[in-house]
Amino acid sequence: MKRLIISAGIFMSFLPFLLISGCSLSPKNKINADPSKTVVMWHWLTDKEDALNELAREYYEKTGVYVKMEVFAPSEAYNQKIIASAQTNTLPEIYGILGSKRDFANFVKAGHVLKLDSYMEKNNQEWKGRFFPEALKSVSFVSGNEFGVESGIYGVPIDVINIQYIYNKKIFREAGLDPQNPPQTLDEFLAAVEAVKKAGYQGLVSGFSEPWLIDCMASNFAWNIMGEEKMIATYRGDVPYTDPDWIKVFSIIERMARAGVFASGVVIKSNKDAELEFALEKDAFAFNGSWAVHVYKDMNPEIEIGIILPPKVSNANPRGVWGGAGTWFAVNAKSDKSQMAVEFLNWLTQKEQQVRLAKETLSIPAVRGCLESVPEELKGFLSGMKYVYHPRNFPVQEDSVVVEAFDKGLQSIITGEKTAKQVAEEVQKVKARQMEKKRQKQNNTAS
Amino acid sequence: MVKRWYTLTNYLFILPALLLFLVFGLYPFFKVFQLSLMSWDGISSNMQFVGLANFVEVFTQDKVWWSSVMNAAWITFLALTIQNGIALILALLCANDIKGGHVYRVIFYLPPVLSGIVIGLIWKWIFRYPDGILNVALVHMGLKHLVRDWLADPKTALNAVAAVHMWRGFGWGFVIFLAGLQNIPQQIYEAARVDGANAWQRFWYITVPLMIPVFILVSILTILGSMQIYDIIAATTNGGPGYHTEVPVTRILASMQGAGRFGYACAQGIAFGLILLTVSMLQLWVSNKMKRE
Repeated sequence: MKRLIISAGIFMSFLPFLLISGCSLSPKNKINADPSKTVVMWHWLTDKEDALNELAREYYEKTGVYVKMEVFAPSEAYNQKIIASAQTNTLPEIYGILGSKRDFANFVKAGHVLKLDSYMEKNNQEWKGRFFPEALKSVSFVSGNEFGVESGIYGVPIDVINIQYIYNKKIFREAGLDPQNPPQTLDEFLAAVEAVKKAGYQGLVSGFSEPWLIDCMASNFAWNIMGEEKMIATYRGDVPYTDPDWIKVFSIIERMARAGVFASGVVIKSNKDAELEFALEKDAFAFNGSWAVHVYKDMNPEIEIGIILPPKVSNANPRGVWGGAGTWFAVNAKSDKSQMAVEFLNWLTQKEQQVRLAKETLSIPAVRGCLESVPEELKGFLSGMKYVYHPRNFPVQEDSVVVEAFDKGLQSIITGEKTAKQVAEEVQKVKARQMEKKRQKQNNTAS
Repeated sequence: MVKRWYTLTNYLFILPALLLFLVFGLYPFFKVFQLSLMSWDGISSNMQFVGLANFVEVFTQDKVWWSSVMNAAWITFLALTIQNGIALILALLCANDIKGGHVYRVIFYLPPVLSGIVIGLIWKWIFRYPDGILNVALVHMGLKHLVRDWLADPKTALNAVAAVHMWRGFGWGFVIFLAGLQNIPQQIYEAARVDGANAWQRFWYITVPLMIPVFILVSILTILGSMQIYDIIAATTNGGPGYHTEVPVTRILASMQGAGRFGYACAQGIAFGLILLTVSMLQLWVSNKMKRE
């Protein structure tokens, strides 16, 4: 009994040490920074967590300023977190904003985002000049934008992305197709799908239960058929969705669906499901963003992939791909340490740091002149940067209710429930209703 | 003086609970009501008072909202009838001291304790086309013509989701029914047997009347649980294809996150609360009337 009591006593005396040591940081991450020189950065990027932590450590050693990284994942939870923090004025010094340009504008208008033009334009625009112009467009507001935000740059991109068609080279070979000559036009694409289906594979997989992906695919065709001006005119309400060009867009999706291009259950697949399916080599094509290369390689290191632009459906305009800043960060205008935050982001977007991030996280740098650092698999995405556009950067944004009707309508075309013409008419009805509401609201405000 | 001190002490004891209720119960309720009268993006400090405009839109213009309510109502109807019917049959079997009854009780109670997301993912795999367990089983049973993409087909998506919801939910009803059945005194059944009542008569004239309070409880829980279905839909169809599996909770989230219309989302939330309250009150009234008769 006495021995038992002594053992328990020894154990109890060590217990606090065990607990404290369990809670402490590993020696590698332990930084005893001066609180007045500590800025907090929130992000959702679990795949970039290690690289960002390492860069923050280096920055601390170099400057004495500690950037404390805090991760909140998944992105939906992160989004909730920053909205709640904005409402309570508890945002950190550096944070990313997810969601639409409207959400971004709301943060800016609420005074939570520091305007960065004066920093970007210092030393003959040294900082601004580093970036791909498309990357900066995503984090800027043009003058006369519909949100009423003062024109300027409000964010710092740390990488760029674009969304293209990814194909499996091994499946191409098995189907008797040449992986070096992937399809370029819609007819070639449909023929390639037919060949891979004969070889026992599915055609194209994507996460179409997430509306933005299906929206992206259709708007790429719209960009190619009617160009930017007509798309903007549609959003403004000057061109109806029943216009022959829009019906052509819906009809292309219809034609693809009837030809059996889409993998089974594509309309209820999340992008994660679609990524897994493509990585398991069940489908010959995927419609996904440049980030997916990392995901596919993680799931299946043997997979051989190639990248192609969206199939060409018209000679009227160049092809286009959605893209721009991938991950970007804003600086909290209400923080008294905003200057330190800006300096860190400036350092993070210098070539040396960008090259490291690209190599360690298989991403495309946001700054130019890092070509040699881009991993081989991402070169196709990099060359696609010259085709990049994004409706978010248009001066006029489509109403979110119309966007939903558009995306849900596309799902209905794919399932064969509705025709292209029916969907065009339905979307136009919703558009007309929203325009009427907008007019009434403007009249009420004016009166 | 002493009495007053005791009274004050008593109030002091309930103060923490009262404060918690006021801060986390009453204040959010009134805040949601206040926000429902505003046009607000959820972030900016400026809110525009719009009166009852959000409610007018919910009740008279938003067709998608009402179709989502109808979808939830259909799932609720199936849960009230099929799910609770199965739960009652299984509870009756287990209440009759069948062999291995305890094992069945554990098995039947397993689905409700699993996470809705996990259940959704498992059933997504079961329903998968063409190689999910269900489709493979249909082929082996010679029912190849029934093979389909159950969750992606607009004709079957809602019922497929409802089936998953019922599979998850019948365990709750089973446990409550079983507890209710075990509370009925055995002497009543023995007396009925002596009087020559057969099994159906014993069920209809003894079990059913004595189980009415339990039926009311299970029905109200089923209505509230089924109308608020969300996690299974998020894991299986995300409201698709089209609007076929949209339910009120997915619509409220879409207004809040997708469209950034917090005021409108709050109005939808209140409208939904009113619908649930009305249905529950109606159910209670009908049940009480039945009990009196």
